[in-house]
Amino acid sequence: MLRRASFAFRPNVVRRIASLSTHSLGRLPNTQSPIVSKPHFFNSVTGDSSEQIPAFRLLDGTGVPIDGAELPDLDEAFARKLYEHMQLLPNLDNILYNVQRQGKISFYMTAYGEEATIIGSAAALANDDEVLGQYREMGVLLWRGFGLDNVMAQCFGNHEDTSSKGRQMPVHFGSPKHHFHTISSPLATQIPQAAGVAYALRRSPERLNSVAACFFGEGAASEGDFHAGLLLASTIPSPVVFIVRNNGFAISTPSSEQYHGDGIASRGPGYGIDTVRVDGNDVLAVLAAVREARSRCLEQGRAVLVECMSYRVGHHSTSDDSFAYRARSEVEDRKRIDNPLVRFRLFMESRGWWDAQAEEELKTRLRADVLKAFKHAEVQSRWELSELFTDIYAGEEPWNIREQRNELSRLLKKYGKDWEPWKRELHKFKAEGNDLVKE
Amino acid sequence: MRNCPSFSRLTTHRTVHSPRTRLCLCRRRLISSSPSTHATAAAPNTESTASALEPPPAGGHLPSIASSALLKNTREQALKTPGILWADAELDEARGTSSLSSTTAGRETRKMNTYQAIRDALSIALSTDDSAIVFGEDVAFGGVFRCTLGLAEEYGRERVFNTPLTEQGVVGFGIGYASMGSKLGDSTLGGRGMGGTAIAEVQFADYIWPAFDQLLNEASKFRYRSGGRFNVGGLTVRCPTMAVGHGGLYHSQSPEGFFMGAGGLKVVIPRSPLQAKGLLLSSIRDPNPVVFMEPKILYRSAVEQVPISDYTLPLGHGEILTTGSDLTVVTYGTSVYRCEQAIHLLTHPPEGSGIEKTVKAALGDWRRNTGKSASSSPSIELIDLRTILPYDLPLILRSLSKTHRLLIVHEGPTTGGVGMQIAGEVVSGLSLTSSSSITREGSPSGEEENLAQMRKEAFLGLEAPVKVIGGWDTPGVALQYEKFYIPDEVRILDGLVELLAY
Repeated sequence: MLRRASFAFRPNVVRRIASLSTHSLGRLPNTQSPIVSKPHFFNSVTGDSSEQIPAFRLLDGTGVPIDGAELPDLDEAFARKLYEHMQLLPNLDNILYNVQRQGKISFYMTAYGEEATIIGSAAALANDDEVLGQYREMGVLLWRGFGLDNVMAQCFGNHEDTSSKGRQMPVHFGSPKHHFHTISSPLATQIPQAAGVAYALRRSPERLNSVAACFFGEGAASEGDFHAGLLLASTIPSPVVFIVRNNGFAISTPSSEQYHGDGIASRGPGYGIDTVRVDGNDVLAVLAAVREARSRCLEQGRAVLVECMSYRVGHHSTSDDSFAYRARSEVEDRKRIDNPLVRFRLFMESRGWWDAQAEEELKTRLRADVLKAFKHAEVQSRWELSELFTDIYAGEEPWNIREQRNELSRLLKKYGKDWEPWKRELHKFKAEGNDLVKE
Repeated sequence: MRNCPSFSRLTTHRTVHSPRTRLCLCRRRLISSSPSTHATAAAPNTESTASALEPPPAGGHLPSIASSALLKNTREQALKTPGILWADAELDEARGTSSLSSTTAGRETRKMNTYQAIRDALSIALSTDDSAIVFGEDVAFGGVFRCTLGLAEEYGRERVFNTPLTEQGVVGFGIGYASMGSKLGDSTLGGRGMGGTAIAEVQFADYIWPAFDQLLNEASKFRYRSGGRFNVGGLTVRCPTMAVGHGGLYHSQSPEGFFMGAGGLKVVIPRSPLQAKGLLLSSIRDPNPVVFMEPKILYRSAVEQVPISDYTLPLGHGEILTTGSDLTVVTYGTSVYRCEQAIHLLTHPPEGSGIEKTVKAALGDWRRNTGKSASSSPSIELIDLRTILPYDLPLILRSLSKTHRLLIVHEGPTTGGVGMQIAGEVVSGLSLTSSSSITREGSPSGEEENLAQMRKEAFLGLEAPVKVIGGWDTPGVALQYEKFYIPDEVRILDGLVELLAY
């Protein structure tokens, strides 16, 4: 992408001009800008409008470290953990995607293609860093030991779902124990919240070594909340690592129609925060970049931005068919050339840490684990029907909530045994609605 | 710069330390262009210079308030405020000890206007709760309405600070901060399982809309969507609200009606300094997120004796300000004083005026219809709703089953407003047959109340349709037309006589 700005930023020249002019013209109010005698238009954060922000990468497409790459500290056990969690995502996605297709759960979102971004950042964060996700970050929870049973319970919305008691659509996870704030569907709302979360950490003596980690996509970065959040976290300031998953698509809208500038990373310097762009399909690069971002964030007490460039191989969600707006061949090409799993597996094999047998064993194990959790979750009942009316207000229950619950109770007594649509539905709840009828 | 009107106005404000000069430093400049409305109090011959030196106050004037009997002018009145809960008495109760703290002996009051009372409440919140932070646009220097004056100096910039100009950011930040409360390790809060105390300011209720998504989709649903695992009970969002005499479309709105469907959120609007302090402290300490709307015309106009110690007033409970048996008026905020004045006009119409004629005729009809004696005059029950969401329907129903006539008054637009909501609730009778028993801390003698029975009595007893007097459904409060937008004393009086004569 060529830019037309005609004035490249040349520090030496500018400094010389500034020193000559300071005495006669002084400084402008509210800025330390050097004074220049020609209009200096600019449209680049790299200083050269013909060059985009560089992307940080460690491994090439075949898993070989590129020239000058300094690999992060990594032993075999840690590498295996990374790879196993990366592999867990598609294995889980395969089954839950099909389960949704069979009508057993209402909705699902896969993370195909973004395994390295999600697991790489999860591994770089401390397990008690506060995570505010968008919706495709289940891998962070799995990395922290949330477990497959909890994942399944949430997706099925059964009585073991502690994320939301079956009130939210699948993939809206949350767990205070795992420092993972509940996902909500509105995009970008978590971004200014992350600044508040991080400010709370900063004010809390026992949490001074924690940061808030806030995930979102390049599409969400168009929302006002993105700008509000980065502005607050840089100005107030608060230690947030903002992690953008730039996967090329917001549902069907390609990133080329999402922004005209140099991605999301170009916005970071506008807010005065350290920013890095990284190859989001290189798990080691993501790991190294987020580690560094986290330590800068703690050091400065201010936001840091990491833009992970990736590609959404799957559809946006189970409600989407992406072949309506992109060629199947494009997706297949991406999967083949730039596969984060293959790349890291080749790296592991080159170190003698992985082989075909290990791969086979892992896939068999993961599939068995996922199926076991699925079979358990599938047969569980929902929460009690009376949970419809709980967790609205703390403290004294307002009259309207109580009255409306009583009204449903009255209607259940009157029609619950005769009205087929209710009868069928009541069987799915723990206590089959009797908890309300008894009131 | 000398020729810049806004600059010279600011200079004037900063150099002339007249007690009647108010700060007009808000970012959407709130300076009246109409001196005639406000300069009438000044001597006519000084009008031109006076208005040049002292533009009308940002907070506006409310003439009826000076004579209001609803404001507590003495210490004794203030200390006897219904429902007042002294923080030290609560502590005593928790400790199982008793001391003088549960009585009024030794308690002091001080004369405060509303912004001083709010500042006092914020100061108490900051001093009693280490997790409390106060933030928003222009908060650090004292706020455009002076509600945070000196707090940054007293409690430090870490706890009282400016934010950039982004309402969605301010509220989102507050939500994030509040969500962390139970993890802050602060025993005074963590033990209660509620969030960190985030007290955000949105500079005007007119500018709350960018934050509406954060309030409706995030704050109100935070507890529910997480199955009770997360909450933002520590969040309070303060914002100045209602008309001020010269605020036009964007400094006059009353947006509370838009929040009526936001289950999980509370909305509170105080009527006076004493009420503001107690209700604000309750809102800050309530385990639910609260939008606290402050009628900005009362910041300076309303002055009363306010207890200086730490106290709260109950949320979710309206207050009967004057008892009556013939008609119930439900209102809140600035309109409380207009209703008081209208009720006074009903018994004391200007002699020899057309208004007197109207009132006399209507009362004649009322006496004939109800079989009252020629000397009797109607007694009106005036209720201040105080908490708008969830509002105190039981109190309204109890009153209505006694008075049989209901008038609801507010400044906000009529359609979709609080008045229509209450009117609809009064006649909708949700549970016609089921017995919905409710027990509330504030109900008479604490016994169970059967809401269905109360609804039935109130509905069947109605002697007239429920009347709502609100702002018109214009897209806002038009500047030069405000007198005819806001439900003023005569519109309310008209509502009273129409209902009585029905």
